[in-house]
Amino acid sequence: MSDKVPTSDKPRLTREQIAQRAARELTDGAYVNLGWGIPNLIADYLPRDLTVYFHSENGILGMGRRAKAGEEDFDLIDAMKVPVTLIPGASFFHQADAHLMSRGGHLDVAVLGGFQVSEKGDLANWKIPGSKGSGGIGGAMDIAAGAKNLIVCMEHNTKDGAPKIVKKCTYPLTGIECTNTVVTDLAVIDVTPEGLVLREVAPGWTAEEVQACTEAKLIARGNVSEMKLS
Amino acid sequence: MIRKVLSSLDQAVADIPDGARIMFGGFGGAGFPNNLIQALSRKGIKNITAISNNCGTREGELGVMFRNGQVAHVIASFPGPHSNYFQERFAKGEVTCELVPQGILCERMRAAAAGLLGFYTTVGVGTEVANGKEERVIDGKRCILESPIHADFALIKAEKADELGNLTYRLAARNFNPIMAMAAKVTIVEADEIVPVGSIEPENVITPAIFVHRIVQAKGMRFAG
Repeated sequence: MSDKVPTSDKPRLTREQIAQRAARELTDGAYVNLGWGIPNLIADYLPRDLTVYFHSENGILGMGRRAKAGEEDFDLIDAMKVPVTLIPGASFFHQADAHLMSRGGHLDVAVLGGFQVSEKGDLANWKIPGSKGSGGIGGAMDIAAGAKNLIVCMEHNTKDGAPKIVKKCTYPLTGIECTNTVVTDLAVIDVTPEGLVLREVAPGWTAEEVQACTEAKLIARGNVSEMKLS
Repeated sequence: MIRKVLSSLDQAVADIPDGARIMFGGFGGAGFPNNLIQALSRKGIKNITAISNNCGTREGELGVMFRNGQVAHVIASFPGPHSNYFQERFAKGEVTCELVPQGILCERMRAAAAGLLGFYTTVGVGTEVANGKEERVIDGKRCILESPIHADFALIKAEKADELGNLTYRLAARNFNPIMAMAAKVTIVEADEIVPVGSIEPENVITPAIFVHRIVQAKGMRFAG
């Protein structure tokens, strides 16, 4: 991995703003799985006129908001063990059918967090090299391999400034050529057969500045627009 | 009628031998057969292979079995942030672990249940999960061969069981339980409630009685965190 540092100290999006921007990728009536981390915040930023059926790997379609204090039922929890509620039209099923929905291409959108995404759309998001302990895969590999539309939400650079959008992932892989779109605190990037296309940049940033924070080559076609958050 | 209802948890697990391969239902604190796990641990079993999504929540769920050093090998998907007793023994090499993508864990058990000898999947291709597995290209897609996961016993948790062994589950406490019930040679159920045969509407049965061998009533036990 390159240790080149970002060339701009302009403000970047917060984690909440990354989630807010990613929420705009969802369409009415979509069946959607949200992974751990930034993706889990997306449910808080859905436009009010949109109904989205959130899927959980433990066998729920149609999760609503988190349960309030006093209304928790610990048999009704999401994949992060957080007590949730249901919306009308919800259903339960077992874990194999839950993963069948993600792996078999039945979900419209899956959103995962990421450590690295490569220029071919490979994703690394489950283990940091050299980390202690067994690690854990969970449902990420099933979702990565089967999602019709996989969005990865993450910070554009590590805390040390190293790029997370790279030529080739150096972290253990979750899936190969699986990512469709990356939403970061600096950009919205689409993975295409031609390469990584820079669709939008964070407010105040230029395509050149975003490229300088990115190891992989970004294709900028014409004037790249600024991200809109709502 | 075959008598499947047993009067005690200890009796339900009495014949499970050291070295057995055992599936344990449950996910995220819901649907764990905690009473059966406690009984199994209490009996002093050793050297088991555990098949479970996670590896315990501190001393809760499978944690007690790792704390007591009763597990030799585990096949799991996500050991979990509070699986400290497992992690301690894993670090010392006292327990080995095969990590499996969660949906593939389900399908490998389902293959065992269905009498299938394996299947090809794109899940895990190009990752460390693919190490040592046959790879081929089908319909232009790289895929790997996955094998069935069998077990001698499954310990599962249901909400309601009738005396024949038809089961229902509560909300998302269903999770891995119906799959494991089908995959093991002997399935042992702890249910909140045991009801007479015929009192669960046939169309509401989730696990049919053919997969269930022993039933014991126990008040659900849950571990926080």
